[in-house]
Amino acid sequence: MSKAKAKLDFVTLDLVRKRLGELRDLLPASLIRELEDKLVNSGIKLTEEELDLILRRVLEEYEDSLVEPGEAVGTVAAQSLGEPSTQMTLRTFHYAGVREFDITLGLPRLIEIVDARRTPSTPIMVIYLDERHRHDREKALEVAQRIEYTTIENVIKSIELDLATFTIVLELDPEILENKGLTVDHITRALQRLKGEVSVDGYTVYFTPANVTDLIKLRKIRDRVLGLKLKGIKGIRRVVVRKEGDEYTLVAEGSNLSAVLNVDGVDPTRTTTNDIHEIAEVLGIEAARNAIINEMVRVLEEQGLDVDIRHIMLVADIMTMTGKVRQIGRHGVSGEKESVLAKAAFEVTVKHLVDAAVRGAKDELKGVAENVIVGSNLAPIGSGMVQLLVRMGAPLGERKNEVVEGDVKSDSK
Amino acid sequence: MMLLGGMFKKIRAIEFGVLNPDMIRKMSVTAIITADTYDEDGMPIRSGLMDRRLGTIEPGVRCETCGNPVGLCPGHFGHIELARPVIHVEFVKVIHQLLRATCRVCGRLLIPESELERYRERMERYRKRWKALSLKLAEVILKKALDVSECPHCHARQYKVKLEKPTTFYEEREEGPVRLLPTEIRERLERIPDEDLRLIGIDPEKARPEWFVLTVLPVPPVTVRPSITLESGVRSEDDLTHKLVDIIRINERLRENIEAGAPQPIIEDLWELLQYHITTYFDNEVPGIPPARHRSGRPLRTLAQRLKGKEGRFRGSLSGKRVDFSARTVISPDPNLSINEVGVPVDIAKILTVPERVTEWNLEEMKALVINGPFVYPGANYVIRPDGRRIDLRFPKDRTAIAEALRPGYIVERHLRDGDIVLFNRQPSLHRMSMMAHKVRVLPYKTFRLNLLVCPPYNADFDGDEMNLHVPQSEEARAEARILMLVQEQILSPRYGGPIMGALHDYITAAYLLTSKNVLLDREKASQILIAGGYRGDLPKPAIIKPKELWTGKQVFSAFLFPGLDYTSRASICLKCSECLKERCPVDAYVVVRNGQLLAGVIDKASIGAERTESLLHKIVKVYGTDKARIFMDSCFKALLYLLDRHGFTMGLDSLDLPEEALEQIKSVFSKAEKRVRELLDAYHSGKLESQPGKTLEETLELRLIEVLADARDEAGRIASKYLGLDNEAVIMTQTGARGNIVNVTQMSACLGQQHLRGERIHRGYSQRPLSHFKPNDLGIRARGFVFSSFKRGLTPTEFFFHAMTGREGLVDTAVRTSQSGYMQRRLINALQDVHVEYDETVRNAENVIVQFRYGEDGVDPAKSYHGRPVIIDYIINEVVRRRHEQGKG
Repeated sequence: MSKAKAKLDFVTLDLVRKRLGELRDLLPASLIRELEDKLVNSGIKLTEEELDLILRRVLEEYEDSLVEPGEAVGTVAAQSLGEPSTQMTLRTFHYAGVREFDITLGLPRLIEIVDARRTPSTPIMVIYLDERHRHDREKALEVAQRIEYTTIENVIKSIELDLATFTIVLELDPEILENKGLTVDHITRALQRLKGEVSVDGYTVYFTPANVTDLIKLRKIRDRVLGLKLKGIKGIRRVVVRKEGDEYTLVAEGSNLSAVLNVDGVDPTRTTTNDIHEIAEVLGIEAARNAIINEMVRVLEEQGLDVDIRHIMLVADIMTMTGKVRQIGRHGVSGEKESVLAKAAFEVTVKHLVDAAVRGAKDELKGVAENVIVGSNLAPIGSGMVQLLVRMGAPLGERKNEVVEGDVKSDSK
Repeated sequence: MMLLGGMFKKIRAIEFGVLNPDMIRKMSVTAIITADTYDEDGMPIRSGLMDRRLGTIEPGVRCETCGNPVGLCPGHFGHIELARPVIHVEFVKVIHQLLRATCRVCGRLLIPESELERYRERMERYRKRWKALSLKLAEVILKKALDVSECPHCHARQYKVKLEKPTTFYEEREEGPVRLLPTEIRERLERIPDEDLRLIGIDPEKARPEWFVLTVLPVPPVTVRPSITLESGVRSEDDLTHKLVDIIRINERLRENIEAGAPQPIIEDLWELLQYHITTYFDNEVPGIPPARHRSGRPLRTLAQRLKGKEGRFRGSLSGKRVDFSARTVISPDPNLSINEVGVPVDIAKILTVPERVTEWNLEEMKALVINGPFVYPGANYVIRPDGRRIDLRFPKDRTAIAEALRPGYIVERHLRDGDIVLFNRQPSLHRMSMMAHKVRVLPYKTFRLNLLVCPPYNADFDGDEMNLHVPQSEEARAEARILMLVQEQILSPRYGGPIMGALHDYITAAYLLTSKNVLLDREKASQILIAGGYRGDLPKPAIIKPKELWTGKQVFSAFLFPGLDYTSRASICLKCSECLKERCPVDAYVVVRNGQLLAGVIDKASIGAERTESLLHKIVKVYGTDKARIFMDSCFKALLYLLDRHGFTMGLDSLDLPEEALEQIKSVFSKAEKRVRELLDAYHSGKLESQPGKTLEETLELRLIEVLADARDEAGRIASKYLGLDNEAVIMTQTGARGNIVNVTQMSACLGQQHLRGERIHRGYSQRPLSHFKPNDLGIRARGFVFSSFKRGLTPTEFFFHAMTGREGLVDTAVRTSQSGYMQRRLINALQDVHVEYDETVRNAENVIVQFRYGEDGVDPAKSYHGRPVIIDYIINEVVRRRHEQGKG
């Protein structure tokens, strides 16, 4: 053994790197990275022959694992998402880490995502903080206070109506005030936005609205007083500080991405929401695509279901390929198909047929559903995608090389 | 595709349009004027709805138009001339829009000519290049033309047109609303010029708007609305015929009244009635009018209803078709079959056939089959002569003559026999592994038999499940089935890139029992196991030679592995210690396979289980291919079952016995928990409990209580499992992953724990209490569904009720879930079914639009990946390095 080892000529790391560099166009980045890790950083000793053998086999195996043309990746993706969904639970669960919030997960959330609903049933934001705020709980709390939508109702112990003077008496809760980083001053300033007189006695605030002489009006004003905004961002009902690894982050119930990103102390590069439409509006369609992927992965992982990310990516791409977030269903992807028969076979049959008749539409029978309907032997997918280049029936000498059963690329006609 | 004189005919496209009145008359063979169907003799009345010229539905009668008998006559249309025009309900929306968007006098779109010119240009451009965009533009133009008060062309004053659902239009003039009669509507629609129609997305060649108002009604052929004769001889007509009778009757009455010069109100009433009948003839579910009913009160199933919905023409008859050459029966297990096989009962094999072309080489064989005929097993049911004539072998007395007449070129439809390829399917077909190709093994008895390893992909069990079997009839279909759909080719699931087939239940138990440490087998036992698995090599060197030759279980297992196989991983029974002792693991959970030898560790679910990725089984499939994997699964797994047969494995009540000591401990855990609960309740009642942010006091209390109780149950479970070791059958099953989990064992032996309803403690039922046995507002643990008893000890009546409530919730949950996820999957499939990979590696949909430039960003097929990764780099490196060592040695 030792004799054999002494004879071996090991390659330098530079050579390994060079070889890897040559493969950069042939292998996906993730594989190159893994190879780097295992051949350069692991300190393994290889001869040049061995290195070449390894790289050659990696390349071979990679090429073997590529999808074949014609593969019905769409159907496979749909099945790969649909099949495990039968095993999912229906109920919503607590969010790991933050027990304060209920969050919709499982099948209802998955349906919500493919439905592309305008608002999720439980909007949640995960807010990351910038360098200045993320290491200190107090600092994080400060940001939380800036974000949480607070009205007078949230900070009072009681509210009473003094009918003798038509005055609203607010008894403030000093503890809550402090928690929310507010002072009595904030309250008076907010009240001054309404017409009337404000006076303060310790933690009791008196507000006498102008020109009010009847009870009904006073009650109305009381409701307005309770709803007065003190600070925060609209739509964010509650914010909780959470420790994540070695930093503090915020989790917010409610979602308002564009406003939160502008708050001082928030790291706009990492902050997210589970509202996909909001992401599409604020950050663009590619971000929405990633959001769909992340949300789906999260649901599936939480349920312990193993689904390859490529399937999820395909669904997300279909949903976002037009630049807008489209629903998987009759108001989105399926409804925008060209084929009349495919649409009619899915939902709202009669309407699609009538529309087609009025338009004088033509179904070119390019999809799977249409070909099943007319009963062609093969749908143009998978092994049915292959087409013949000879003219059947014509004498051998006269056969011309032409595509008989319609060109693969129809726009070349 | 039809074969006509050597030419292939193929439907290339389907055009949609609206039939125009002339066309309807032209394609009609006769006008239908009599509302009756048959005369007293039961003969169809001429010019009636069952006119013989409309086609034939009675066997033995030839069609008077085409002369063909039943099956061949396609049926022919007739027509009804309507006395007054009637609006077609399905087009009211379009008509309404057209009336609002065009001038009531000159018929032009209510947009100035200059703008129209601009739109025309744009439309022309879009139509050539962006079809979808031209549709959008049409919408924009239409919207613009709607509700303009003055015509920019003839300056006529325009009125608002109101639609009173379903089919009545009013014009709101100064003097009040004036009804627009269909005649007037039709006239207005006639005035709209073709070029204006094109701008709003209507193709005037195929759908002139005046055709939306019917003057002639086509009468569908009788083949579309066949009447059925009941056993009593009473004829029962199709719903459509009933409706047409109504239409003709009213139409005739209307015509007579008009001709007799009846007063206007009577005519209008009849007209209205005709409109109603024609409306319900098209769609009997139009909102706003009562559906037309059968004499029995059942609503009629008219045209729209025939097309719509799950059982409608589209989803029921066109997208899903009934097939021949299929069979269905109960399934049962047979571990002796290969995973590639399916056991088919002889009775089924005698009915399902495979067409086999007679050649010189199989002539004698085919003759024998024909002689055997349809009732003796390896036989044949039909012979097809080269001229296409089909000879039914059931009837001729002397089949030898037919057999002797066989020549190459004849086709024999022979019985199914061993080795034939068939498709096997279990519903719901949720993924492609729900329909796989198997090789036939004709067996006695009446059930389909399948290897247990294919249960996971089909999600099958044997509590009465039935499955379907289809016999492909063409060589292409058989080839595709064999190459693409064979069970062994589907071992790796495209969902996660791992084996979906693999050991389950007893297989795993057996593997554990075989590969446990200190399992020693003598020559006889070792050979028996190996033989059971079909092992044909020499016995390996015994691990112990004196006093007796003994083999370890690991050695026996290794006999089924392939040389060169390396694998390291942790078994299911791994205790997840913070520091792994690797080979010195106390429970032998560190699995090491080197060069095809199991050196350490026990084999359990983590190594050979179904739906386990990166397992030993996964590696075998990946590295050695599906053929070898199948051989491994057929041999090794069979041996495992043999072992379990001989060894015996029973879980009984005694497997759940806990020592006195353990019961004591569990008791004390519960009393502690009860104390803690009482404390919490006290704190709550005295107002000392602090609520968590965003939760009410009650919610906080519930949360805390649930926590305490869950902890108590877990603690009880921990104690129970401490006293039940790996020598306990129940524990073996849970730990190896064969069946159940530790919670099940705990619930059986120690305590059932808290019963939940919708994630909360059970609190509803009677007012303020879940059951009448408790005091109102009792928040204590017993009163809110905590079950102290174990299954073994038995539940108290109240506990039993709580348990039943939870059980019911589970059932309801499953029922709701299946329908919801089923619909989601249908939508996903419909949205994605045309998406495929093109030759240029891009992913495209049916419209050839690129969805992804490279599938999944790296072009890797998950089904061919190793749990998502394209290459197992470690394995390659290891192999290369090992080669060096071997060379160094040699």
